[in-house]
Amino acid sequence: MLAKRIIPCLDVTEGRVVKGTKFLNLKDAGDPVELAEFYSKEGADELVFLDITASHEKRYIMIDVVMKTADRINIPFTVGGGINDIETIREILKAGADKVSINTAAIKRPEFIREAAEKFGSQCIVVAIDAKKIKNQKSKIKNNEWEVYTHGGRNKTGLDAIEWAKKAEKLGAGEILLTSMDRDGTQIGYDLELTSAIAKAVNIPVIASGGAGKLEHIYEALTRGHAQAALLASLLHFKQMTVKQIKTDLVNKGVVIRCDVC
Amino acid sequence: MIVIIDYGAGNLRSVQKALEQLGYQSLITRDKTEIRTAKAIILPGVGSFDSAIKELRQHGLEGIIQEVIARKIPFLGICLGYQLLFQTSEEGSEKGLGIIEGAAKRFNFTGTSFSNHQIPHMGWNRLLIKHKNPLLKDIPEGSMVYFAHSYYPDPKDKAIIMTETDYGLNFASSIAKDNLFGIQFHPEKSGEVGLKMLKNFGSMLSK
Repeated sequence: MLAKRIIPCLDVTEGRVVKGTKFLNLKDAGDPVELAEFYSKEGADELVFLDITASHEKRYIMIDVVMKTADRINIPFTVGGGINDIETIREILKAGADKVSINTAAIKRPEFIREAAEKFGSQCIVVAIDAKKIKNQKSKIKNNEWEVYTHGGRNKTGLDAIEWAKKAEKLGAGEILLTSMDRDGTQIGYDLELTSAIAKAVNIPVIASGGAGKLEHIYEALTRGHAQAALLASLLHFKQMTVKQIKTDLVNKGVVIRCDVC
Repeated sequence: MIVIIDYGAGNLRSVQKALEQLGYQSLITRDKTEIRTAKAIILPGVGSFDSAIKELRQHGLEGIIQEVIARKIPFLGICLGYQLLFQTSEEGSEKGLGIIEGAAKRFNFTGTSFSNHQIPHMGWNRLLIKHKNPLLKDIPEGSMVYFAHSYYPDPKDKAIIMTETDYGLNFASSIAKDNLFGIQFHPEKSGEVGLKMLKNFGSMLSK
């Protein structure tokens, strides 16, 4: 039986890790390569780097981070942020990443998911979905529950999150990285309703993201939320909790988890 | 020197870096003389069965691999590099290296009680030890390693199975036959457990 995964997420801009609340108020949180090595040693199962560098000319900085990270850690890692062509995917995978995460480019042109999956295999294509609860009851979006956003939650897409997740799977996505924009950075818990709705709609792993603040939240996401993995950022970066603590708690609660160090 | 066979498939850097961390020198090559004179050999694998075996043939490496294994040079096939050792695979129509009797089969859970099992089998899963072997030194029963595959090897001779892993069925996650090893998971992505295994392999370097 596959283990549930704990995945620290590092938002990187121009070679530094940052973390804010609801994608705003960014604070410096350290060197990405050092943090990657630290979390790997602590027992993280995987890592995600989200490159939030605004300018594409500075992509080379991220490639350098990927190469250095690949040289120093022995767990799989994903790179996302602004990826919009096959050539960039090739470059990132070649630098040593195991998977790439695509978001806006897939929304603009869903066929991009198919092309990427055919070229590199579904196992290395993660589709990231940023979703927000629909407040306007008159919205015309299909299930009328969660809408997909882009650009760090600033732009609406008019897409229903559940329908979009299903379509992404059909096009060849190997995994869904699901962020609740309502919960991101709040530490009041993952959006379990959203997470389980998406997890039940697809037959690929869902990584829950946004809102972890307590050990209980992580346990809930992996059980009631039906997520295969939990993504964590500020909670770990600001040392409110350690990977080891999280894993020990999950093992004690009977969740199947890789726990060589706890 | 450990030789990592390069047949134009994917990223071999992570295997080499893991060996480097352990203090083993390695060389990524497709040069026949270098492969013939290697003290230990790793056959990595990324991509699909047919394209990989065709690449090996195109570079004239099929016979060399059979020869070094017959000479009992420590040899480790990883992931697709393990499946290539078999006679056939349900992934393709080409013949494999035929060094191990049996085939790579596709996971198929339709109509079973495991229909919620996703394919590829991707993530951390346990090693259930069937036969002790120096390659498993200091690796406890139930250790978790990282998998990413849709096909699983099914050797005819069950006695060579070193570990099994449970994913809807118990499949041969690794085999050992003399100095020949095949492992379905990625040691270079399996944290400390994976490093230990590569270290154990390195310590078999033929003198």
